[in-house]
Amino acid sequence: MTGLAAAVLSLAAYHAGSVVAEDKPVVQPPEGSPLDELISGYNFRDAATKALQDDDFENPGFLWVEQAEGLWEEAEGEAGKACADCHDGVESLQHAATSYPVYFEPWKKLINLEQRINLCRTEQMKAEPWKYESDQMLGMTALIKYHARDEPVNVAIDGDAAPFFEKGKEFYYERRGQLDMSCANCHENFSGMHIRADMLSQGQSNGFPTYRLKWQGLGSLHRRFKGCNEQVRAEPYERGSDEYVNLELYLAWRGQGLPIEGPSVRQ
Amino acid sequence: MADKVKPRVKVPKKAAKGEVIEIKTLISHKMESGQRKDSDGNTIPRQIIHHFTCKYNGEVVFESEWHGAISANPYMAFRTLATESGELEFIWVDDDGSEYTTTAKIEVS
Repeated sequence: MTGLAAAVLSLAAYHAGSVVAEDKPVVQPPEGSPLDELISGYNFRDAATKALQDDDFENPGFLWVEQAEGLWEEAEGEAGKACADCHDGVESLQHAATSYPVYFEPWKKLINLEQRINLCRTEQMKAEPWKYESDQMLGMTALIKYHARDEPVNVAIDGDAAPFFEKGKEFYYERRGQLDMSCANCHENFSGMHIRADMLSQGQSNGFPTYRLKWQGLGSLHRRFKGCNEQVRAEPYERGSDEYVNLELYLAWRGQGLPIEGPSVRQ
Repeated sequence: MADKVKPRVKVPKKAAKGEVIEIKTLISHKMESGQRKDSDGNTIPRQIIHHFTCKYNGEVVFESEWHGAISANPYMAFRTLATESGELEFIWVDDDGSEYTTTAKIEVS
């Protein structure tokens, strides 16, 4: 019995680093998931990084959120409209924060939150689209995610989205680059273990956009995809490419039910 | 966030006289180190915030000089004594000469 307790304890420490008490609760995976339990990337980080995320004042991601609060009200483009003119407060977009990417009929493919925002800008506001990794875009996605904080990720993978989900899954398990590694090689087979000085998480996307200490700034999920691809010495795709949007849907499903944390803080 | 520098401060709205209060500050700034090079190989000139001051009703209660190796979007927290109701003023001085300021009110009873 003592042996079992010790084993459980060491397993917990193994998954979560040294601080167990402050961890986010683990979530039961959706049907068909290859994972036994879903763990936020938060649980894999050290106490100092967690503390930075826990306090909205100290969390530097909120610099972007505050900027976006201004953008939300700011009329732009030939139509002279702001986000606030069409939408009833940012809270009204909660469903978008948890359910994107979704199948978009006019495109006959998936659309993610960034692309949806730019579609609003070009179609409704008649304004210039934002660049994918611009402070404005990062801020707006962070603002929307912030207003959906603690809401569970809930993406649809059936119906028209199904073939794109399958493509995303294929991408996830496909080996690539000079190192011949797939996403699963790190984040499924070895999550919770160290890769040199860093601990591999499950690669969950519920915390994006995330303030990465390494980046010294807020960054998008697709930026992280590019980084991962480059690390296995593969040619990365463009942000907003079909490959990455499909992967985004598959990845969201792998974290189906995890509470939204954006803007999170990671190492 | 470099183009639009924005300070944030957190000061307790109310405090008892003689109480030690914690003040937190955060400012968006790129804190360009001067060590980096651009894609053409030219050194990107240093541009950091090198001085931070906090005044309590005009009197300096906290001051610090900043050097290299401070992260982007620097965070600074410190404590001071709540003496009287009034205003706290925060001043960050940039290498390019600009000053970023913000204020916060405190009620001391």
